Amino acid sequence: MSTPLAAPPRLIYQKPALLTSQPTHYCPGCGHGIIHRLLAEVLEDLGVAGRTILVGSVGCSVFAYDYLALDAVESPHGRAAAVATGVKRVRPDHVVFTYQGDGDLAAIGTAEIVHAAARGERITVIFVNNGIYGMTGGQMAPTTLVGQATTSSPRGRDAVTTGYPLPVTEMLSLLPGVAYAARGSVADPGAVGRTKALIRRAFDVQIEGTGFAIVEILSTCPVGWGMTPVEAMERLANEVVRTYPPGVFVDRGRGVTPAMPAPAVAARPAAAERATPAERPVTEG
Amino acid sequence: MSVMTSSATRPGSIASPPGTGGEATLPEAIPTRILMKGNEAIAEAAIAAGCDAYFGYPITPQAELLEWMARRMPDEGRVFVQAESEIAAINMALGAAAAGARVLVSSSSPGISLMAEAMSYMAGSRLPVVLVNVMRGGPGLGSIGAAQGDYFQATKGHGHGDYRVPVLAPSSIAEAIDLVGEAFLIAERYRTPVMLLADGIIGQAMEPVVPTFRSIPRTPADWTLDGADGRAPRVVRSLHLKPEDLELANDVLQATYREIEAAEVRWAGEELADAEIVLVAYGTAARVARTAVERAREAGLRAGLFRPITLWPFPSAALAERTRDARAVLSVELSAGQMVEDVRLAIEGRVPVFHHGRTGGMVPSPDEVVAAMRHAWATTSGGTR
Repeated sequence: MSTPLAAPPRLIYQKPALLTSQPTHYCPGCGHGIIHRLLAEVLEDLGVAGRTILVGSVGCSVFAYDYLALDAVESPHGRAAAVATGVKRVRPDHVVFTYQGDGDLAAIGTAEIVHAAARGERITVIFVNNGIYGMTGGQMAPTTLVGQATTSSPRGRDAVTTGYPLPVTEMLSLLPGVAYAARGSVADPGAVGRTKALIRRAFDVQIEGTGFAIVEILSTCPVGWGMTPVEAMERLANEVVRTYPPGVFVDRGRGVTPAMPAPAVAARPAAAERATPAERPVTEG
Repeated sequence: MSVMTSSATRPGSIASPPGTGGEATLPEAIPTRILMKGNEAIAEAAIAAGCDAYFGYPITPQAELLEWMARRMPDEGRVFVQAESEIAAINMALGAAAAGARVLVSSSSPGISLMAEAMSYMAGSRLPVVLVNVMRGGPGLGSIGAAQGDYFQATKGHGHGDYRVPVLAPSSIAEAIDLVGEAFLIAERYRTPVMLLADGIIGQAMEPVVPTFRSIPRTPADWTLDGADGRAPRVVRSLHLKPEDLELANDVLQATYREIEAAEVRWAGEELADAEIVLVAYGTAARVARTAVERAREAGLRAGLFRPITLWPFPSAALAERTRDARAVLSVELSAGQMVEDVRLAIEGRVPVFHHGRTGGMVPSPDEVVAAMRHAWATTSGGTR
């Protein structure tokens, strides 16, 4: 007696088409692979991949354009937010996003990210923060935690000589031009799912055209941290999030307002509107 | 000085640009001329040429160019951004050019230094961007006077790596207007950044110009970024990690530079046919040199002027040919001597080469240049004229 044929397999998940077949060069346990996949899924869900331009940066993710099937431009180190400004200003109907690490955005790129945010550029910034300079061999980053050993802080980061980790997303959330600022992590499947929603919202905000959107994603660097992939994820979940708490800091469209309101406009009027000399009061004597 | 008034009171003549001493007879139809400041004329020429986007940062002596763009670009529905720094401005230009826009950036010497990194990236990524340098005194913070101390920077490469950038050097505001259009054409034809090298006098002076601002046709491009809808993705990059791949990319750049050298050399000459002493000068220095040539001729010294218009590619072959029968060559620059090195390379020791320069924003007088010519003459022939 033959058994009845099993029902044909039902496809419930597949690699997003936007992810190329190129094997990535990322280390085992690196968060970039997860984040690339989330981006591919979000852009496909939104149906905007055909009009999306990736503005790359310098760091481990410099080859992101080999893994995501998007038009892309390389930026000099730190300049992605300025490059993206140029792209978006001349192609305002396109979806433009940067993909930057913590050295690129929070060290050499600090001026460019602050001013792009201050101008309210309608771009989306994906800020991957793993607290270390992975590509160049594991040096200290502005987001490295106090006490953390790196190749350029071999005795552990000392706050007295090197200061404290920079909370860039919190700082940017003060600016009126920022329409969305949030932080997530890839520490566990739940966190990954919540981060995907943050990324989705950050692109929605760009499409709505209400201002600058940034998602900081806490990630791992097992090789730089000197840990196994599992240990690195545990460090992310238990230690890193205490300095960099996940959450939504600004979402203007949904009433999550920043600490600093936009200033009231009381600018000096343009020349044509200023009183002519004949109208100014004439004083005697 | 109101040239239009003098034209009205002296029918039948046009006042030539200051310093030439010559006059030309009016053609049948008198073209309307307007007084324009150099910085503004360059900006308007770019707008007429079809510039889509301008990015800049205030710096003396070119702030008027940025201000003109701030007023005019929104009128024309184009993009204007005053960036937070020259670094940001040039990187915005990099992005806009990658996305297919026709882009202008302007700055002055210290700001150009900040743009050096992006110039290397744009050259390596083969991006067309026109960059205007209104040179001022240096080094460092320097002065705000006219200078030509950025010749090395412009022609030998501001940033790292094996690349060249075409450099166009106008000598008058009318020529600057014309060269803006040429700059866009060269940038797009060869996919390269192009520099328009002016100085504080050209930027700040006001001269009568016939306001014929040309519209410049677009060069079709199959490499720009506009979303990979229905086609393979495009990547604008300069990173080629494998040495074999980077060498291939460099070969493409070098082949392009050979094409530019063969086709885009520009120069002008005056009274070279029988010249015994040839002055070589560009930009504002060329205007002083022109007057010095006239005064020398009046005094019986057969002088001529060779004026490079492209500083890269440098008109080496033409200079060598035009100085073959000269007794001496005198390079006149607003610098301690930068172009003179290319002059010497071109002449290859056949004729003695001298240099007269001023730094700091100082401009030599024509008589000073004549004295330098006499010195060169005396040194080479043993006599005095």
